[in-house]
Amino acid sequence: MKVKSPLEVYKFLPQTNCGECGFDTCMSFAAQIIDRSVKPTDCPPLVENAKKDKKFEKKLNELISLTSPEILEVEIGVGDNAIKIGGEDVLHRHELTFFNPTAFFFDVYDTMDEEQIHERCSKVVEYRKFYVGDFITLEGIAVRCTSNDPEKFRSVVKKVSEYGKPMVLISMNPECMRAALEEVADQKPLIYAATEKNWKEFLQLALEFKVPVTVRSKDLTILKSLAKTFRENGVRDIVLDPVTEPIGDGLRGTFERVIQLRRTAILGEDKDVAYPIMITPISAWLIEGDEITKGYWETVLASTFIVKYADVMIFKNLEQYTVMPSVILRYNIYTDPRTPVQVEPGLREINNPSPDDPVFVTTNFALTYYTVESDLTSGNIKCWLLVLDTEGLGVEVSVAGGQFTAAKVKDLIKETGIEKKVNHRYLTIPGLAARLQGAIEDETGWTVLVGPMDSGRIKGWLEQQWPPEKKE
Amino acid sequence: MARKFTIEEFFETLKKYNVEELEGVRIEGDLEIEIEPGSGIDANLINAVAMLSNYMQLIQEFGNFLYHANMALSYLQRLSSALGIQMPLVVQPQVQPAVEVKPEKIPEFKIPEKLISAKFEPYKVEYPGKIEEVTLGATRADGGTRETTVTIGGEKSLAFYTFDAMNEYMPAIAIDVFDRKPMLAKAVREHYQDVLEDPAEWAKKAVKEFNADLVTIHLISTDPMLEDTPASEAVKVIEDILQAVKVPLIIGGSGNKEKDPEVLEKAAEVTEGERVMLASATLDMDWERIGNAAKNHGHVILSWTQMDINNQKTLNRYLLKRVGIDRNSLVMDPTTAALGYGLDYAYTNMERIRISGLKGDTDLNFPMSSGTTNAWGAREAWMIDSPIEGDTPWGPRELRGPIWEIVTGMTLALAGVDLFMMMHPGAVAVLKEWMGMLQGIVKESIENVDDWITMEV
Repeated sequence: MKVKSPLEVYKFLPQTNCGECGFDTCMSFAAQIIDRSVKPTDCPPLVENAKKDKKFEKKLNELISLTSPEILEVEIGVGDNAIKIGGEDVLHRHELTFFNPTAFFFDVYDTMDEEQIHERCSKVVEYRKFYVGDFITLEGIAVRCTSNDPEKFRSVVKKVSEYGKPMVLISMNPECMRAALEEVADQKPLIYAATEKNWKEFLQLALEFKVPVTVRSKDLTILKSLAKTFRENGVRDIVLDPVTEPIGDGLRGTFERVIQLRRTAILGEDKDVAYPIMITPISAWLIEGDEITKGYWETVLASTFIVKYADVMIFKNLEQYTVMPSVILRYNIYTDPRTPVQVEPGLREINNPSPDDPVFVTTNFALTYYTVESDLTSGNIKCWLLVLDTEGLGVEVSVAGGQFTAAKVKDLIKETGIEKKVNHRYLTIPGLAARLQGAIEDETGWTVLVGPMDSGRIKGWLEQQWPPEKKE
Repeated sequence: MARKFTIEEFFETLKKYNVEELEGVRIEGDLEIEIEPGSGIDANLINAVAMLSNYMQLIQEFGNFLYHANMALSYLQRLSSALGIQMPLVVQPQVQPAVEVKPEKIPEFKIPEKLISAKFEPYKVEYPGKIEEVTLGATRADGGTRETTVTIGGEKSLAFYTFDAMNEYMPAIAIDVFDRKPMLAKAVREHYQDVLEDPAEWAKKAVKEFNADLVTIHLISTDPMLEDTPASEAVKVIEDILQAVKVPLIIGGSGNKEKDPEVLEKAAEVTEGERVMLASATLDMDWERIGNAAKNHGHVILSWTQMDINNQKTLNRYLLKRVGIDRNSLVMDPTTAALGYGLDYAYTNMERIRISGLKGDTDLNFPMSSGTTNAWGAREAWMIDSPIEGDTPWGPRELRGPIWEIVTGMTLALAGVDLFMMMHPGAVAVLKEWMGMLQGIVKESIENVDDWITMEV
C-alpha cells in the first residue's frame, strides 16, 4: 500500500460523514482502509459517483491503486470454497500483519487408481484440526497429468472437481491442459505451468479460459519476462514459481530466489514480480529415501517457506506428522500481531454444573482458554471455569511474569460470586501454576488442588481426585 | 501410519518376512487398539496386536543405534524402514501413450512472437550494525581444558541471507543434560533411558552419538521444591562432565529465584578458565550477583527475558553498564514458545530484536539462544492422540514429536537464533542438516527438479 496515513486517504473521500459505509465519519473509514479492513469500493457514494462521472471514476481508481496491496491478490476457485492468495504488504509480520495464509494443495495424479484418488480427495475434504476455538481445514487439490493423455486428464480432473475444492491443474502439455480446462475452467483452477518452452500456448489458454496461471523458471530474469509478457497481453492473475529445489545448494538457491523476489517486489517496488509465490514441498519426493524421510523433508521445505513468503504450496504427504505442524505453523505466522489473542475474563459454566462440581482456574490467553474449554466440554466434565485476566499470557509465562497471582485469583473469586454458586471451597489450579498453591490458599482461604500439567489429562485426574477427601 | 490393515494383510506381511513366531513382544502401555464389534476376535487378532506392538518398539529401537550416521536423511530413512515393513507395495500404474487430439475452433488472441525481455535486478539491503561474536569454551592455550570451542554471532545480515552478507558462523546446537531424572516425553526419554541416572554418561552420549556442539547441564536438583541439593554439592557433577566431554559447557540452575544466584556463583567458581555460559540472569533475580560471577571468572552470561523486547534491552543494559560484562560475553534468551503455543510471539520478538541489532541498536546486537526443547510441551508432540472430538486422528506420536521440535527450531533459526538447546537426536540431526544447506556447507543437490511433475508416486 502506497499511502500510510488516513489523512492521505481522506482527501479522496466524499467527506460528508454520511455513514452509509457503516462508520460514523469519513475519517474513521479512512483509518479502516489503512488497516485493510475495508476497501475504497465499500464507500457507496464513491462508487455511485464514479458510475456517473468520469472525473470521479478516475479519482476512485487512483485511490484503489494507492491503497491496493503491494503483492497482487489472486483468487483460486469459486463460491464459498474460493481462496485468496498473495495480497501481502510487508516483509515482516510485525510491520503490519501477513494477510492471506499460504494455501495448501494436496496432489493426485491421473494414472492413480480411482479408489486412491477418492481416498485422498476425501481426506482433504474431511481434514479437521481443532485450534484456538475453531477447526483448521485444507484448501484444495492439485491434479498432476502423468498420463500425458488429454482425455485421461480431462476425465480425472472432472472427477476431482466434484469434491468442490479449489484446484491446481498440473501439466506442461498445453493439449492436456486444454482438455482439462474445457471441463472445469468455470471453477477457476490455477493452471501450472507456463515455462520458457510452452508459454505461447499457455498464454492462449489463460486468455481463452480466463484462469489464473503459474509461470515457472529458475532464472529470475526469465521468470520476470514471462510475468511481464503475460500481464501486458491481458492476463491479470499470475503466480510465480521460482522452482523448488529440495536439498543442498539447490535449496539455498531456492531460498535466495524467493526472498529476492518478494523483497524486490515490496522494497524495490518492481511491479513485474509483485505476484504470489508458489513453492512445491512435493519436490521432497525426489530425494533418496523412503516415505518417512520424504515426508519429513516435505515438512522442512514447507516450514522454511511458510515463514518466508510462499503464498501457495503443493504437497504430497497427507499424514498428520506433515500436515499438522504445517497447518499450525501457517496459523501462527499469519496470526494478526496487532490484535491480542485474548478472551473475556470471568466465570464459565461448563456442561451445566451443579454446586457440587469442581472449580478450575485458567488464563485468558485465547489458546490456553480454548484448549481447556474444549477438553472440558468434549470430555463431558461438569465444572465451573474461572478465567483469569493474565493480559493474554499463558499459564507458565504469566506465573513467571507476575500476571497470574494469588491476589488476582482472590479478586476473581469475589467478582464472579463463585462462592455462592458452589457448596465447597476447593479450587483446582493448573499444574504449571503449582508454585502458587500456598499463596492462593493463604489469600483466598480455599483449599487449592494442583491439577495436571495439561488439561487433556483433567478427566483422568478427576477420577482420582474428585470428590476430594475431606481434611480433618 | 494412519493406514488401516486387515488381519489378512498382516499375515501376508509376516509371511513375506518369514516370521512364524513372535518372541519377546511387550505391549506398550499407551498403545490402543480398537476392535470393531462383530469382527470376530480370535487368536489371529491377538497375534496381529502383538505385531503392532512390536512395530512401535521397532521404531524406538532403531532410533537407539542409528545416530552414528550424522546425516539426518539417512537417519530418517532408516527410522522409517522400520515402519516400512508393513507398508503395502505401491502398484505402478501403466504409462499410457499420448493421444493426438484435434482442437476444435479456438478463439483468436494476439500472441506475441517473443517474450518481453525484463531483467531482474534484486533489491539490495545492507545493515549498518553487526551482531557481536561470542566464543564459548576455552582450550588449554586460553586457560581451559576444552578441545573445541564454539563461536556464535557475527552476523551482518538476516539469518541465511548469504546473498546480502556471508555470515561466518553457523548456529550451534547444545543438548540438554539434567542432574536428576527429569520429566521427559516418551519419544525423547527412550533415547536417554540408559544414561538418565548418570549425567556424565548422558553428556558423553549427547556429544559422541548425537553430535552436540555443546552440552547444557541443568542443576535442577538444587530446586528447594525438589531435592534442594546445596550449591557446593550440586556443582560436583560439573567436574564429572568436564572430564567426560571436551566440548564447551552451558550451566543452568533450577529457575528458583532465591537459589539460582548462589548455585550459578558456585558453578562459575569451579569452572574458572573454562568460559562456560551461565544460564541465566533474569530481571526478577539477583542478576547483579550472577553477572558478577560470570565477569569475575571469565564466563559468558545468558540474559533471559520473557518475550519483551524492552525488558531485554533493560536487562542487557544492566549487565553491560552496571555489572560491566564485556560485549563479547553476553548472549540473549528472549524466550522460546512451542509451535502452536505462542511460537508467533517468540518468532516476532526475536525477529524484531535481530533487526534492531542489525540496524545499529547496541543494546540488542547480541547472539540469541533458544530453549527449543520447550517444543515438547505441546500436546501434539507427546499425546497419544487428540483429546478433541472431531479432530482428524493425529497419527503415531513417534513421528509427531521430533518434527514439533524441528519446526520450532527452524522457525526461530529464521528469526536469527544462534544457539539451540535441544533434546531429540533426530531433531538435532535434521536441524543441522537444513542449516548446513542454507549456509552453503551441505552442497549436494539433485539435478532433475522437474521430475515431481510427472512422477507416478
